[in-house]
Amino acid sequence: MIPDNFTYLAPTSLAGVWEALNAHPDDAKILAGGQSLIPLMKFRLANPAYLVDLRHVPGLDTLEERDGALVIGAMARESDLERSSLIQQRYPGIHDATSVVADPLVRNWATVGGNLAHGDPANDHPAMMLALGARVVAESPRGRRELALGDFLVDTLETALQPDETLIEIHVPQPVAHSGSAYVKFERKVGDYAIAAVGARLAFDGETVREAGIGLTNVGPKALRAQQAEAFLVGKQLTDETLREAGRLAAADAQPSADLRGPVEYKRALVRTLTMRALRSAAERAHSATR
Amino acid sequence: MTQHVKLTLNGQTVEADIEPRLLLVHFIREVANLTGTHIGCDTTSCGACTVQINGVPSKSCTLFAVQMDGADIRTVEGLEQDGQLSPIQEGFFEEHGLQCGFCTPGMMMTAEAFLRDHPDPTEDEIRRAISGNLCRCTGYVNIVKAVQYAARRTREAQAAPKETATVEAPR
Repeated sequence: MIPDNFTYLAPTSLAGVWEALNAHPDDAKILAGGQSLIPLMKFRLANPAYLVDLRHVPGLDTLEERDGALVIGAMARESDLERSSLIQQRYPGIHDATSVVADPLVRNWATVGGNLAHGDPANDHPAMMLALGARVVAESPRGRRELALGDFLVDTLETALQPDETLIEIHVPQPVAHSGSAYVKFERKVGDYAIAAVGARLAFDGETVREAGIGLTNVGPKALRAQQAEAFLVGKQLTDETLREAGRLAAADAQPSADLRGPVEYKRALVRTLTMRALRSAAERAHSATR
Repeated sequence: MTQHVKLTLNGQTVEADIEPRLLLVHFIREVANLTGTHIGCDTTSCGACTVQINGVPSKSCTLFAVQMDGADIRTVEGLEQDGQLSPIQEGFFEEHGLQCGFCTPGMMMTAEAFLRDHPDPTEDEIRRAISGNLCRCTGYVNIVKAVQYAARRTREAQAAPKETATVEAPR
């Protein structure tokens, strides 16, 4: 499959990126890892006249904790996160998610920034990041703004990013004491998108849930928060009974549609089961953490 | 409307004026005329097009050649050195790691890069590493054995020079 013609631009600074975006506000597209965009271009579902490659802009591959947050730069690759001991130890839910994005070869190029900015409800990071309360930093010559991920994700393949803006960083709040996270994905085969997947984060006061975050993958027009299930869990102890109820509520929060990956009822049932598994795993991690 | 690209391909400098939309796999096969790199699914699934870019195994059907300006690219043709099969090639040969052979170039480029970071991998690590390369013939059993063979040979070769270093090379 051959994409339509375009002009390739490889600026070496953010100023150069903005210049390119400003010169072609309606038909320029940012290229990060390209593992979602290039397939879209090959199918001619996307036909940007200009591709602005971020790869030669220095300083965008940050992966560190700073001012109370994990900072993931726009060009940090999935494989960087997969190998990072910081991610493995402190952000196990993100590590779960990054390890099941497509396959190892795709992860050598794919970026977390692109995973969010693509706006695909089937992508793995948005749900986990919603559960973790992540924020997105967008920058343009007009300035820098920070959005909650829930506001950044607008609809299928649509984000709040303006044509002159670039996603620069993702900020994830640092884990608090007695908290844990997990991402559980159900897929037909390695490399496929999720039939459904659930990201969960729990923080405890002793045995009582103090905070709960639950994000759902590929069961709606965008990644969703299971808000009823989150609200239900706060103040409760995690028993078989409360887990089952949280699963039931998360399944009700889901908005799946029938497709080749299964009918609506099946996907809701999956959400129920995966929510229970993700919560259980997040709780185990919270209790085993010595922090 | 073309753009100029200059890269290293198996140690040789290759330069061309190309359309930016030219995929890397088409550049390798049709501009550089190296047809060992295969096109399978053309949708980032099968891994038949895997090459190493600056040492990193990558699916060349999902990258543009124009992105590769200045890159060091290695394809299956770059594995053999001076008529000697590389350990991974020898492994596929000795362990019958292929039947139709279509996936083999990509399999080997992935496995060879993987072994550089994992000289003594477990079977599970090998299976995960090649999970982006699909084989429709073998059931993977002999491919895993081939990678294990290559790992063993490479470890032996790295241990050996210490013993042979003092031996004068025959004239």
